Amino acid sequence: MSDFTSNFWPVFITAISLLGIFGCALLLWRTSKIKVENTSDGTNGHVWDEDLREMNNPLPRWWVGMFILTILFALFYLSAYPGLGSYAGTLGWTQNGQYDQEIADANKALEPLYAKYTAMTTEDLAKNADAKAIGERLFMNNCSQCHGSDAKGSRGFPNLADQDWIHGGSPEKIKETITGGRIGMMPPMAAAVGNAEDVKNVANYVLSLSGSMHDSGRAGLGKEKFTACAACHGADGKGNQAIGAPNLSDRIWLHGAGEAAIIKRINEGKINQMPAQAGRLTDAQIHVVAAYVYGLSNK
Amino acid sequence: MQDLNASSNTYSDGVIRQFSIMAVVWGVVGMLMGVIIAAQLVWPELNLGLPWTSFGRLRPLHTNAVIFAFGGCTLFATSYYVVQRTCQTKLFMPKLATFTFWAWQLVIVSAAISLPLGFTQGKEYAELEWPIDLLIAVTWICYAIVFFGTVGIRKVKHIYVANWFFGAFIITVALLHIVNSAAMPAGFMKSYSAYAGVQDAMVQWWYGHNAVGFFLTAGFLGIMYYFVPKQAGRPVYSYSLSIVHFWALIFTYMWAGPHHLHYTALPDWTQSLGMAFSLVLLAPSWGGMINGIMTMSGAWHKLRTDPILRFLIVSLSFYGMSTFEGPMMAIKTVNSLSHYTDWTVGHVHSGALGWVGLVSMGAIYYMIPRLFGQKQMYSIKAIELHFWLATIGIVLYIAALWISGVMEGLMWRAINADGTLTYTFVESVKAKTPYYITRMVGGLLYLSGMSIMLWNVIKTATSGKAAINAIPAVTAHA
Repeated sequence: MSDFTSNFWPVFITAISLLGIFGCALLLWRTSKIKVENTSDGTNGHVWDEDLREMNNPLPRWWVGMFILTILFALFYLSAYPGLGSYAGTLGWTQNGQYDQEIADANKALEPLYAKYTAMTTEDLAKNADAKAIGERLFMNNCSQCHGSDAKGSRGFPNLADQDWIHGGSPEKIKETITGGRIGMMPPMAAAVGNAEDVKNVANYVLSLSGSMHDSGRAGLGKEKFTACAACHGADGKGNQAIGAPNLSDRIWLHGAGEAAIIKRINEGKINQMPAQAGRLTDAQIHVVAAYVYGLSNK
Repeated sequence: MQDLNASSNTYSDGVIRQFSIMAVVWGVVGMLMGVIIAAQLVWPELNLGLPWTSFGRLRPLHTNAVIFAFGGCTLFATSYYVVQRTCQTKLFMPKLATFTFWAWQLVIVSAAISLPLGFTQGKEYAELEWPIDLLIAVTWICYAIVFFGTVGIRKVKHIYVANWFFGAFIITVALLHIVNSAAMPAGFMKSYSAYAGVQDAMVQWWYGHNAVGFFLTAGFLGIMYYFVPKQAGRPVYSYSLSIVHFWALIFTYMWAGPHHLHYTALPDWTQSLGMAFSLVLLAPSWGGMINGIMTMSGAWHKLRTDPILRFLIVSLSFYGMSTFEGPMMAIKTVNSLSHYTDWTVGHVHSGALGWVGLVSMGAIYYMIPRLFGQKQMYSIKAIELHFWLATIGIVLYIAALWISGVMEGLMWRAINADGTLTYTFVESVKAKTPYYITRMVGGLLYLSGMSIMLWNVIKTATSGKAAINAIPAVTAHA
């Protein structure tokens, strides 16, 4: 896409850039040609504030040379690289092109190292010390920012070191999650559940599923209303990995424990996203880091 | 008061006395803020867990205090001093000049209150919110009226070179400030920039780099062009060089801003232009250094005995060094290493402490005795001590940040054979601790020198009294 809104601007930029550079050169040339007539005391005769005078020594040659060199470099640079409006430069360089090239070169250099791991299964890789070390580094660079350097996560960021998988913990599912990312979406359910009392009752029923502290009277009343939740979380509340519906019966609370936190989720729903890593890591790297994550809970 | 009683053939020096004293006071305050935030980088506990004392709010307070309070008061004082003496007339509208003093102090106090409270436009070196921006604009226009009015009523035919630089600085800073601060108010101390996205970033760094180029370079070159030849007792080296480097400098600086945005969303062509013109800027910048240092020829021996001259000449050396370093850092390949590291901070401080600071101190040491009717400063030994404290402080500061900047740049780009990063970010932070301590010590030395200066200035001012300086007759053949 063009950076310019009309054909006038690239021409304008080219013109003022070149005029500016040639203007510097012209200024230098004209001034160096000026013949100076000095008075007997070696100054140009101007006096300010009683004793402030000026000599008029010629421009130092080395300085003029340096000025000319930088002007020549600027002209070369603006012919080789994009600079003069929409002119692309003889080298065809762009910063996006440079980035793509560096990534391609780096990935090519990585291929031989990863080739032997690509041929191995996830289960075997998880036991391979070298692969684990690389996987850990990949995890620290790319995953630990959210999931923590111990992979145990925090509120909103799932723990990867336990057996509780939202989208599935098989090697294939872990790879799928890393490659494409995940979007967890629970709609606000208050309307489907009923009034504020119903919501509170359902929350207590949810707490009862895992044997957490709850009001059993309310839990009994909420059981019936839980059918609205069962569509995703299942009649027994054990969740459904196929659609990323968390297990509600295991005392693991991604978005906070307790009645108030559950009521908030029912009322507001939740959208939670893990970004796709496919553009950042090669398939081989995803294979290795997936094995590292798999190994965290499959020792 | 003295201005009102004085006859028409004396200089208006009252406002210069005010600005000179406040320059030194704000210098101590601003540098103290710098030492405090340098200490916070070593010991984060010093943020005190309070929003008002956190690094994020004190850092703009430091930069605003040293640039606009210390640097600004110095520029007002010296430009009013120089323009009168080189035009051999008193200030045009001296009461308006007095207004600029009080208005500028109000700007500084407003900044000192509003920045810790968290009011900011989020633009570096242009943080102040719109009501303060308006006051700055009004003050600056009054400043321009006084300065150019004085040039207009000059008794000398030729306009002295220092006034070209002061003039360019005043006009350009007005332009930069008004364009970059254009914003839509959304409440008493809240506004939104008139520009969006990458255009906002480009306007900001067009402003930011020219704040360096015009506020901190052209203005201080004006100081250099008067005080160096005066203190050395030698004529300026080359009039032709003044002409070339003045026009080339003020033209080329305008283009260099995009080098602050290398490898960002800024279009490739804009980055290239910024880099090419940053390199062309090297020779025009050095023109000023050559003209200053070569003015010393025939007077080099004075450096042994005259600490004020030493301040001025060493400042030119740091000016030459940082204006060489700047174009080098504007080269994309170098910039990809230096950008976002402490190297940038070190570069700025070699210019700020070395060039702007030392040349200001030299000029103020020159003016103070003359403004208070004294032969010389109260203590020459204290100036000596100040010089060495400042010089050693600068060297420690910039050497520490060169090492720490290059080190962290290399750590960030270090890659293992498997394509992962060798170091985490926090490892690079940890590795910088000894350099952060060295930098803080350097800053502390610089601050202690400035405190000695404050004592010396107060002693000189209190042992003298406001001087009435007569305007000399214009030398016949000028």
